[in-house]
Amino acid sequence: MEDRNPIYLDYSATTPVDPRVADVMIPYLSEHYGNPASRSHPYGWTAEKAVENAREEVAKLVGADPREIVWTSGATESNNLAIKGAANFYANTKGKHILTIATEHKAVIDAVRELERQGFTATYLEPEPNGLVDLDKFKAAIQPDTVLASVMMVNNEIGVIQDITAIGNICRAAGVIFHVDAAQATGKVVIDLEQLPVDLMSFSAHKTYGPKGIGALYVRRKPRIRIEAQMHGGGHERGMRSGTLATHQCVGMGEAFRLARLEMATENERIRMLRDRLLTGLQGIEETYVNGDLEHRIPHNLNISFNYVEGESLIMAVKGIAVSSGSACTSASLEPSYVLRALGRSDELAHSSIRFSIGRFTTKEDVDYTIDLMKSKIEKLRELSPLWEMFKDGVDISKVQWAAH
Amino acid sequence: MSPVYLDHNSTTALKTEVLEAMLPFMVHQHGNATSQHSFGRTARAAVEHAREQVAAAVGAYANQIVFTASGTEANNFAVRGICANLQPAQILTSAIEHPCVSRPALAMQAGGYKALSIAVDSNCSINAAHLQKLLQAPTNLVSVMLANNETGAIQDIAKIAELAREHKAYMHTDAVQALGKIPVDFFALNVHAMTVSSHKIGGPLGAGALVLDKRIDIQPLLYGGGQERGLRSGTENVAAIVGFGAACELAMNNLVAFDTQTESLRKHLEAGLSKLNAVIFGHHGLRIPNTSFFAFNNLDGETFLDGETLVTALDKASFAVASGSACSSYSGEPSHVLLAMGVPEDLAKGAVRVSFGMTNTLDQVQHFLKVLAQEVARLRNLIAIAA
Amino acid sequence: MAYSDKVLDHYENPRNVGSLDKNDPNVGTGMVGAPACGDVMKLMIKVNDSGIIEDAKFKTYGCGSAIASSSLVTEWLKGRTIDQAYAIKNSEIAEELALPPVKIHCSVLAEDAIKAAVADIKAKQLAAKVAA
Repeated sequence: MEDRNPIYLDYSATTPVDPRVADVMIPYLSEHYGNPASRSHPYGWTAEKAVENAREEVAKLVGADPREIVWTSGATESNNLAIKGAANFYANTKGKHILTIATEHKAVIDAVRELERQGFTATYLEPEPNGLVDLDKFKAAIQPDTVLASVMMVNNEIGVIQDITAIGNICRAAGVIFHVDAAQATGKVVIDLEQLPVDLMSFSAHKTYGPKGIGALYVRRKPRIRIEAQMHGGGHERGMRSGTLATHQCVGMGEAFRLARLEMATENERIRMLRDRLLTGLQGIEETYVNGDLEHRIPHNLNISFNYVEGESLIMAVKGIAVSSGSACTSASLEPSYVLRALGRSDELAHSSIRFSIGRFTTKEDVDYTIDLMKSKIEKLRELSPLWEMFKDGVDISKVQWAAH
Repeated sequence: MSPVYLDHNSTTALKTEVLEAMLPFMVHQHGNATSQHSFGRTARAAVEHAREQVAAAVGAYANQIVFTASGTEANNFAVRGICANLQPAQILTSAIEHPCVSRPALAMQAGGYKALSIAVDSNCSINAAHLQKLLQAPTNLVSVMLANNETGAIQDIAKIAELAREHKAYMHTDAVQALGKIPVDFFALNVHAMTVSSHKIGGPLGAGALVLDKRIDIQPLLYGGGQERGLRSGTENVAAIVGFGAACELAMNNLVAFDTQTESLRKHLEAGLSKLNAVIFGHHGLRIPNTSFFAFNNLDGETFLDGETLVTALDKASFAVASGSACSSYSGEPSHVLLAMGVPEDLAKGAVRVSFGMTNTLDQVQHFLKVLAQEVARLRNLIAIAA
Repeated sequence: MAYSDKVLDHYENPRNVGSLDKNDPNVGTGMVGAPACGDVMKLMIKVNDSGIIEDAKFKTYGCGSAIASSSLVTEWLKGRTIDQAYAIKNSEIAEELALPPVKIHCSVLAEDAIKAAVADIKAKQLAAKVAA
């Protein structure tokens, strides 16, 4: 049982490249090499055509015009470009206050922090305990000098889906530029930018079965949103983002988004069934807490805290499955997840949380194996846990005076 | 028949060995290098191995390598990142830099910095006296490319770095066009930061690196998950990084062969070009071995042959060459490099760049010269008739 | 995170898991750490009349290195005098388990647990003396 390859349940950290995506990418790595900016020969033309086709596929999945899609190296760059680019462009006309949510991805939080160092002010609004933004609180947090708001569509750790339409309408009414990090949303939630009141939206390929190292930023044309370029050079991407495009990666993202558009409806149903099976199985374990709202949530995500068990030892115990405690980007640190803490979870529960993220290649057998594994390992770790012993003895752990360490 | 590719300074074909190294990380080994589980650890190990390979190719330590998504990003990172933490003063970039060095410097002017251009001579070599003069005023950074993408001119970076250091300025070099073509040694060049890129050396598009003197306090361009020791956030593009590493190792093993082979092809090419009375730019100076940048005047020495027409004719005959650099071929503007060298605008507009790779052959060069001779004769004839 | 073989061994086959009777006058208990920090270690030692540790048990809430550190010390403690136990240094634990720098605090916690258990037994012995 321990010798098999671990079961991958960390699709929110990164997804495997779909073999169908890899198949269309590889020709652009071998025979069709060429710099898409080379205008003087067919190598360049073929590459450019492929890049433009891919741009169209990205646009189609999200209901955008291809001219509204700017290629980037990934969601981190998209978020940095959107936030710093729009804030800097509009600072003089709209003001220097940024509104965002405490549970945003680090790429958003840290980009806003950088703006604070440059003289902007920022509000990091705490979500409700279920992870969702309270619309009235959001509205109240807008200031006369708020230039930009940034709210993620789907949270990477707990999978909750924010009401982007409602939040966007609040921003529109207040004249605030609205950026949405949709890195975790594509292929999971229907996105129609023709309808959504969103000005800027970040995308990533590698969370949707495309390659790493490529992403995109949606920049609305009507009404036109302007951003200050963060990377200067040959003037690629209409001056918004310079740098040679990696043709194979653009092609990969295009194909991945095309597949998502065609298959997401049926795929999400299958995944919801698996997630519910996993949820039911794990809820059979005593003292478990689901983190984040279960209803307004993508079917792919299940984030559960196993009380009285420490997260890192739990990850170690469940080598048969590949999952994460906290987000992949922060799990190298020993800090408990800032997202779970923002929900008001105690540090202990935050420490003992596991994010299961299910995807295209997850099977029913994988889920059943996971349930059995979790049951046996949690039992073993609780036998080891002095906190579990105290809990069983009826001690209220929150009342214990712990020696400062 | 696929065209003969003579545009290796723009991008190169991915080497088979590199593709083989990358393939496992494109599909099966798909982990996020930050994840703690075995998928993540496999990805992390691959990234670190590639870091060693890149470091070895540039004579640096692995912990000096910061991976980026491209050379463009690394250049932007160097110029903006180094200057952002300094009291605003001058940023000096050479007149022949790639726009991804000169434009970020210009963009910094909004923050109170002053971007100035260092002149070059007719051989595309830095005018040391001009640099000396510019350095009299407080300077944050000097950025001069090791090898120019258009003429192939190689600069004496160590000497320029010494001047910069004497005046307490930081020194950056864009070594994108030099890597794999001439030996590149970070410490011998005596710079604080150096840019390299994967797709110019048979690696994939999508990976570059900034090699850094670790004592430098540099501000990141991208904030987020804290990858690359906090200097470059964003999920590592594992497959591209692995490819970059493999390409570096291959390029180092092939350095002598590359030099011998491409230089002999260029000798043949330029002998033929001379017979056609071509003007070859920068060929009196030191150049990387694979690059030749040239244009034709009419025999009267006053009328110039149109480069676009030449490139189109060459394309019809199945030769892929560049007119100016790939990045400026959008514009139709004459090459800023040639203008900086004092080349007349009309002659510059007709410039054609040939850049060889290891797959090119002598036959191809001979055929290329034949097609070129016909076309040049035809164009000169047309001009004669018109006159 | 890469764990050493010794950490993995102790983590997968922890020695001396469990509890002793905390009301036994010969049993000393050390509980250190805090749930909020992600580590709680409970170490219990049973000392015979000649001051030799006869038995040691632990329970640990914490990462693999914390579990391994406490498992290891229970092995080391048995047969030692309480003074010898008190002299165990965290650096010895860290070295034995080849702990990486970010996990050194686990060995510190284990040392603290020993000191707390020893202090507890000494306090009990003192109280018994006073009562007698």
